[in-house]
Amino acid sequence: MYTFSSKLKTFSIVLMVLGAVGIGIGFLNAPKDIAEVEKILAADSHGHGDAHDEHATAGHGEANHEAHAAEGDAHKEVETTHSVSDSVKANDTVAHHEATHDSTEVAAVVAEDHHVAEHKTTEHVDAHAEHEKHLHHVLHQLQNKPWAALYVACLFIMLISLGALAFYAIQQVAQAGWSPVLFRVMQGISAYLPWGSVIFFIILVLTGLHFNHLFVWMNEGVDVVGHENYDKLIAGKTGYLNVPFWLIRAAIFLIGWNLYRYYSRKNCLAQDEANDNTFYKKNFKMSAAFLVFFIVTESIMSWDWIMSVDPHWFSTLFGWYVFASFFVSGITTIALVTLYLKSKGYLEFVNTSHIHDLAKFMFGISVFWTYLWFSQFMLIWYSNIPEEVTYFITRIEDYNLPFFGMVVMNFVFPILILINTDFKRLTWIIIMAGTVILLGHYVDFYNMIMPATVGDQWFIGIPEIGSLLFFVGLFIFVVFSALTKSPLLAKRNPFIEESKHFHY
Amino acid sequence: MSSNKVIYAIYNDDDVLMDAVKKTRAAHHHIEEVFTPFPVHGLDKAMGIAPTRLAICAFIYGLCGLSFATWMMNNIMISDWPQDIGGKPSFSYIENMPAFVPVMFEMTVFFAAHLMVITFYMRSRLWPFKQAENPDVRTTDDHFLMEVAVNNNEEELVSFFQNTGAVEVKVIEKH
Repeated sequence: MYTFSSKLKTFSIVLMVLGAVGIGIGFLNAPKDIAEVEKILAADSHGHGDAHDEHATAGHGEANHEAHAAEGDAHKEVETTHSVSDSVKANDTVAHHEATHDSTEVAAVVAEDHHVAEHKTTEHVDAHAEHEKHLHHVLHQLQNKPWAALYVACLFIMLISLGALAFYAIQQVAQAGWSPVLFRVMQGISAYLPWGSVIFFIILVLTGLHFNHLFVWMNEGVDVVGHENYDKLIAGKTGYLNVPFWLIRAAIFLIGWNLYRYYSRKNCLAQDEANDNTFYKKNFKMSAAFLVFFIVTESIMSWDWIMSVDPHWFSTLFGWYVFASFFVSGITTIALVTLYLKSKGYLEFVNTSHIHDLAKFMFGISVFWTYLWFSQFMLIWYSNIPEEVTYFITRIEDYNLPFFGMVVMNFVFPILILINTDFKRLTWIIIMAGTVILLGHYVDFYNMIMPATVGDQWFIGIPEIGSLLFFVGLFIFVVFSALTKSPLLAKRNPFIEESKHFHY
Repeated sequence: MSSNKVIYAIYNDDDVLMDAVKKTRAAHHHIEEVFTPFPVHGLDKAMGIAPTRLAICAFIYGLCGLSFATWMMNNIMISDWPQDIGGKPSFSYIENMPAFVPVMFEMTVFFAAHLMVITFYMRSRLWPFKQAENPDVRTTDDHFLMEVAVNNNEEELVSFFQNTGAVEVKVIEKH
């Protein structure tokens, strides 16, 4: 039996506390209104910022603008006879419309009656309106920042445990002879799944209740013709992209994965005490069924939780790409936890051959990830169709270092380090390569979510690191607590003897 | 050194062979060669053969292939005649690199694979009209043969190999 070392427990709690503080700071520092955004922009302005500054001072001059900003009404700026409607959509160049309302109508702007207001083309959109629009845009991006940081970290750490679970299911179904000594480690890592699922689902519900603007398609009125937020492309997708259906899907996926995790572990423990292989066979069948369920739900999950932050963009191999990303992270985590437990003397039968096998998987799936990343990138780059290529243009222009840096971390580094057979048996090499791979895939998820939610306002600062620390702390706490609950060696697995003597 | 006499110890089981190899090594008799009909797992280790460096060769060949592909595509597409083909940016190599990656990848694999195979053939001296070297035709079917040099200790060696479970021990004058 494993005992959770008090040092590691304290360490995980420290991480959680620091992380929670970081998350809190992130939310406190998020600007509440446009006035704060202007201050932030003025403070941040470097190089091209001069133009902003001039606009900012011009904007401040207008008393009514200040007043309205203070109202917290981020969506419309009302002047005496007409309001300049701003599109909140983060990703499109929408023509600027100047809607003519009288002041009573402005109050009822949400009501559908007055939608067909005159939309004149904007010959006289003044610099102020332009600047105003920019400020709203930045305000939403900055308000999204702590949420997006939380979302990325929560999703990534949860998917790591899901990746480990998928790997575990594959090992069961493939009747692998080498891995049964690692089954309890994999079960320990997947024990984070229920915790991660609950937190993640809560974040999804909060998002659905408009606590944040992570998903543009959730904006009010995106599918209402004539509404200021109306978006024809998104409106065409609301049959799929609507909050209730989206939450129901999420619930089905999370419950399905957790049910497999729960019963698989239960059967595995029952197999220890059994006299025959009934539970093993049950697990075999259940794992096969889970893998079918998993690959379907994983694909849909990637559209729902990741691809739909960019609802104008779509890619067919996206599900596989996301899968490769968290699958390799899951395997890497299995290797790291195994090495930790081995170093503490808890895994008697794990030898360098087991580590070697895990390292080969880390290597192979890293290359597989790169293959999918490049296939997706190259196909879109090559054909250069405007509606698809914007996805990569924003990433290359605004996220140049993270976007190409992650290719180095997730491909170049592992392929050069882990290609050597002898290196794949060395603890410190695996730890180093594993750390780089995990960080690289965090950046990968960061690159998937951030450009659509915070745009060029990204920075890996306190909210991002805080969120990551919090979930890593929780992960360590939950995983190592779960490891104490059952012996680290499955007793009656039909392949356990082979696995104990596995030698490559 | 009497002559070029060798002992052929013939076995019909790979486990017996492995034991015999270990005993022979322990007795410090020099094993010239072992002939088997199929790869016997762990035989190279038991014989103390140094690990192969073929993988290192392949890695270097792969790098050669990658360099060759890069040089070739850069020379053809960027330096020599940088045409505008369908709007692809041929101003510098890096700008058009994604389009070259399939070529770079395939050439890396091509060079690594083929040059490694040729290296293997050369190092193990295999070619189409090569004279076969098996000392006993049964070694390609179901027998295992260990060849050990005789140094004035013929009697001792023969009895030693008979004790290792050999089904047949022959002393052969080699030319």
